[in-house]
Amino acid sequence: MKIAIASGKGGTGKTTLSTNLASYLAEKDKVVLIDLDVEEPNSGLFINGEMAYKEDKFKMIPEWEQDDCTLCGICQEVCNFHAVIQLSTQIMIFPELCHSCYACSELCPTSVLPMIPREMGKLKHYQNGNLSFVESRLNIGEEKAVPLISQTIEYVDEHFSDDIIKLYDAPPGTSCPVIEATKGVDFVILVTEPTPFGLHDLKIVVDTMKKLKKRYGIVINRFGIGNDDVLKYCHEEKIPILAKIPNNRRIAELYSCGELIYKKIPGVKQQLKDIEDYIMEIKNKGTG
Amino acid sequence: MKIAFTAKGTEWDSLIDPRFGRTEFIVIYDDEKNELFHDDNRDIESVAHGAGPQTAQKLFELTPDVLVTGNGPGGNAARVFEQSDIKIYVGANEMTVQEAFDAYKKGELKEF
Repeated sequence: MKIAIASGKGGTGKTTLSTNLASYLAEKDKVVLIDLDVEEPNSGLFINGEMAYKEDKFKMIPEWEQDDCTLCGICQEVCNFHAVIQLSTQIMIFPELCHSCYACSELCPTSVLPMIPREMGKLKHYQNGNLSFVESRLNIGEEKAVPLISQTIEYVDEHFSDDIIKLYDAPPGTSCPVIEATKGVDFVILVTEPTPFGLHDLKIVVDTMKKLKKRYGIVINRFGIGNDDVLKYCHEEKIPILAKIPNNRRIAELYSCGELIYKKIPGVKQQLKDIEDYIMEIKNKGTG
Repeated sequence: MKIAFTAKGTEWDSLIDPRFGRTEFIVIYDDEKNELFHDDNRDIESVAHGAGPQTAQKLFELTPDVLVTGNGPGGNAARVFEQSDIKIYVGANEMTVQEAFDAYKKGELKEF
């Protein structure tokens, strides 16, 4: 079963929830935690483990071979992302803008744009008892997170059965990387905070999940600050609230030291259990 | 000589658009013909990625000798300019096209 932990607003507690939930579930059963926030992965700060595997990840980009080019201009016409540009007698490629769609390469009448691999980041796989942790990290300067996110999900699907709980720590926001990280999952946990800013971005991510036809529930973090508007919104929209993690300075202190909170903060374990119960009910009933 | 400006309008008293890739207009002054003309670049608003190279390509085709702009082109657009002889002057933020032209003539703008 695949579960994404997402949020509209950044800094609401996706990583706190992902790492604690993964470790808590791993006390009983096999779990895979995957950090898909490849532009700034940080789940690894909370997970200790032996590195089991590491590989460079590549994306395919076109390379211009000048000799047989007729400068017909088809390549730049078919590129939706302005990654291929013709300047008088030059074809320029912008690898960071390329979406690896192959259009320029395949439609080139003289085949002078072969696709070649370019390193975009690194995947690492750690193992700690029942808990497997996979993270990918985009190279500095790379603009596209989506290809690395999709290759990371592929890696996990090739190495772990869908019977295991897979937790995707998603990037914040609602743009392409979030769509990529959530489109294939069975359930999405949306982490929010009970503030006007939290609610504003929560509404955007709820609309996104509705469009993707996802099942989702909400975890309110830092419960106790702000106001009741998030609670009212969830009530009106009939969105299940899976857990409320209290606002507590000690949680921030533990987080800043790279420590998990559920063993040390009373009540958090029960909140994680509530989430587990909800997930297990969906798992046992199927996703319909 | 043709001098291009990134601008928020089409006239001498229009403000310079400090952005290169997402500039609303490219205004060009041809000092031999004493003509001011412009290219409407506002379609760029709907482009999610690659605004810099696209605007740079457009500018390339307008064949100016000089570009006067605000913040200066980003990395991708700068790569396009490496292929051209266009001289780029930056720092015309908050000026009108006229003021930016005068500042360029007096040598007050920084070459990119």
